[in-house]
Amino acid sequence: MVRRIVTGAHYGLLDWLVQRITAVVMTIYVLLMGLILIVSAPHDYVAWKELFANQWIRIFSLLFFVSLCWHAWIGLRNILMDYVHETGIRLTIQVLVILSLLVYVVWAIEIIWS
Amino acid sequence: MRFSIYRFDPDKDVKPYMQEFDIMLEPADKMLLDALIRIKTVDDSLSLRRSCREGVCGSDGMNINGRNGLACITPVSELKEPVVLRPLPGLPVIRDLIVDMTQFFQQYHSIKPYLINNDPPPETERLQSPEERAELDGVYECVLCACCSTACPSFWWNPDKFVGPAGLLQAYRFLADSRDQAAAERLDNLEDPYRLFRCHSIMNCVDTCPKELNPTKAINKIKGMMVKRTV
Repeated sequence: MVRRIVTGAHYGLLDWLVQRITAVVMTIYVLLMGLILIVSAPHDYVAWKELFANQWIRIFSLLFFVSLCWHAWIGLRNILMDYVHETGIRLTIQVLVILSLLVYVVWAIEIIWS
Repeated sequence: MRFSIYRFDPDKDVKPYMQEFDIMLEPADKMLLDALIRIKTVDDSLSLRRSCREGVCGSDGMNINGRNGLACITPVSELKEPVVLRPLPGLPVIRDLIVDMTQFFQQYHSIKPYLINNDPPPETERLQSPEERAELDGVYECVLCACCSTACPSFWWNPDKFVGPAGLLQAYRFLADSRDQAAAERLDNLEDPYRLFRCHSIMNCVDTCPKELNPTKAINKIKGMMVKRTV
């Protein structure tokens, strides 16, 4: 194969933008949950269950987990692009990262809606 | 004054080493470059690039006590002893303080660092309003000394693919120029996870620039232009 450096993938802007938007979503969630925990301070399992019985809390929590995983994917891929230069190894790690993040999202859905 | 200077001559040395110099400076030796020229009277094999000796040509970029800068505009009075001098980090060393700048200039050339305007040239100049001209302040002053790009970790890891802060500052210089007509092509050329988006706003470039320019700000303006045309 010819060894030449080719760049110009014509993507990157969306990832950069998504990383910022997901950061804002996560910040709002953490502040809001912090406020709820300070105000209502659920002490036992029943109170926690009651809190997450609220549909809006569930939806926002899921939004938070999706944001977290999407944000983590972009960040981890950035680290891999910087430090892992062997294409095969990088692709393998990237696939593993995507699979584990997907598992986390499904797991989060299961926990929130169980 | 005590100096510890990186020495490497590929014809003679197996490995680079640090050489100590203890020299008496003359009263006229105000800048680090003066001191280096004084050292060359003791050991003329010490190799470095220099030309204008007033911070305009950008030839004598080097790592001074751990920070990149131009020797000719760095006062010796501000330096802690021993003054540790190394070549600019991340680029291949040719000899002593001289590095091979090929990759740096390849990235610079890749952004087409010239005005692209297909209109027939007017009788006189292509005029700009004072406001349009003001857009270029803080971006046109770059002397291409490579202090910023060689201080940038993203450039260290991907010097073949990431344009680097110097190249991107120049890219913005032409994107911001009201006389240039190739903004869309320039943005197309930069929209790439490596060429532009390796910048993680580490801001070593801002910290190190001897001309006190702000490449990170220029890079963010490029990203802003991309957002504007896409969203």
